[in-house]
Amino acid sequence: MPNRVAIIGIGQTYHTGRRDDVSQPEMVAEAVRAALTDAQLSIKDIEAVFFGNMETFEGIYLPDHGMTAEVGAFGKPGFKVNTGGTTGASVVAEGFYMVTAGLYDLVMVIGFEKQDCGDTTAAITAAAVPTWAKGAATGAIGEFAKQALSYLETSGAKEEHAAMVRLKADRNACRNPYAHLRLGLKSIDEVLQSPYLVWPLRLLDFCPQSCGACALILASEQRAKKITKKPVWIADLEVVHQEPFRAGIFGDPTGKETYTQHVACERLYKRNGITNPRKDIDMAEIYEPSNWEELNLYEHLHFCDKNEGWKLIEKGVTEIEGEFPVNPSGGVTATNPIGATPVIRVAEAALQIRGDAGEHQITKDINTAMATALGGPNWTVLFLLKRSM
Amino acid sequence: MQTVTEKLEGMDVWIYHGQINIPNTYSAGAVGSRFLIELRDKKRIMGTRCPACNRVYIPARSICKDCFGQLDEWVEVSSKGTVLTYAIDYEVKPIQPVEHPIIYGIIQLDGADTGFVHMLGEVDPEQLRVGMRVQAVFKKEREGNILDIKYFKPLA
Repeated sequence: MPNRVAIIGIGQTYHTGRRDDVSQPEMVAEAVRAALTDAQLSIKDIEAVFFGNMETFEGIYLPDHGMTAEVGAFGKPGFKVNTGGTTGASVVAEGFYMVTAGLYDLVMVIGFEKQDCGDTTAAITAAAVPTWAKGAATGAIGEFAKQALSYLETSGAKEEHAAMVRLKADRNACRNPYAHLRLGLKSIDEVLQSPYLVWPLRLLDFCPQSCGACALILASEQRAKKITKKPVWIADLEVVHQEPFRAGIFGDPTGKETYTQHVACERLYKRNGITNPRKDIDMAEIYEPSNWEELNLYEHLHFCDKNEGWKLIEKGVTEIEGEFPVNPSGGVTATNPIGATPVIRVAEAALQIRGDAGEHQITKDINTAMATALGGPNWTVLFLLKRSM
Repeated sequence: MQTVTEKLEGMDVWIYHGQINIPNTYSAGAVGSRFLIELRDKKRIMGTRCPACNRVYIPARSICKDCFGQLDEWVEVSSKGTVLTYAIDYEVKPIQPVEHPIIYGIIQLDGADTGFVHMLGEVDPEQLRVGMRVQAVFKKEREGNILDIKYFKPLA
């Protein structure tokens, strides 16, 4: 029987476009200290440190080698993880594996990105396989423009539906003091007047480049119960990989592909007796780089049937006061320090279960929550969190 | 950036040639910025001291690697020190800052508990030895850069 694993410490920096006042290590240390304070632990208590960052996005190879002290890793086991967009989720998964396997009782997992330092798109284009995609790589914006077009043309959604998703994200972000973009958007028209980045994807449809870090402390059941009255259990997780690029990454124009999200959530739901995700799960923090992708993910994660995602936003189902709140934090279109982004999904879902989300706390009781991540190499990582096991 | 494709002679295989080009900046941060300003304006080499571990870090850093303490006690160390080890580099690489050969050294400055990576100059490579006493030579025009220290030269 694997050991149960709980989240017992949560810390994040505020997120913003520029942090010229701090170096990368100094910024990451803010999140590490916040997590230790939250758990009321000292760095000496932490047995191992795992670290996630989108290597080269800051123009630096091995960013971890310059911040051993600042992440509290000196003399401890642990290593850096990079799996593209899912990096932050992979590092949480890594910490989970270590504790559930019984190797450690207390580990810290950290994700960070400081996007005022580098050129994210330049780094992403270096991921293209030279034989087939050299020069065709457009970074994330181009990929999600293809997804948006595919969704727009085939699902029955209108641009207005994507704008509604953005309005929801912004309303929620305005209630979250850690969120990067808190724009106070008033109307669908305001979103639809935003300029195109790559048609049909608009500036306000897409995530920003943020600086920030997020750290979690994970504990074995025995230690968790001694340390906190409010452990949040990682009840299950699923990680699925798919061949990137040739498959049509974030949409499926051929209609013949198997989505990693489908495979991942079907496995997760089956193992946990979830037959109706919107009823059996109380809320979700999903990794939506664009508002169009959020609509797509409603369908891929089986929150609704195919081509019905836009109806969820139309009916207000996923609003913070709705039947099934999605991204009460404001999500990724409000805040995207990439390597930290999936850690924040898990952190925010855990805060909702603890009842500690502050102004963006969902009013209904949250006992079960889902956190997701996706990334360019087509990893999908899903977490199921619970208040009690 | 143009990608060159080359057909290998005598083989039916093709090779792509490319170059990854990622522009970037780096914020020196609160502690790093102060270190560089002291170097530029006062030719002072500043460290931070951890009171719990009684350890002086050069260059200055914000957090003690041993105890994770937040460091805010600044101390000036000597511009003189001892060569702990060195390497002589004769191979020209575009990233390297000065003419060749470059002698890289790890120097423990008097008053510091850590080694400091920099360059050695005004010295015949044949005369180099571990334990040699050296002192910093500052540039005349300093701009807030670790290379405001030109190199360390043997103490006369």
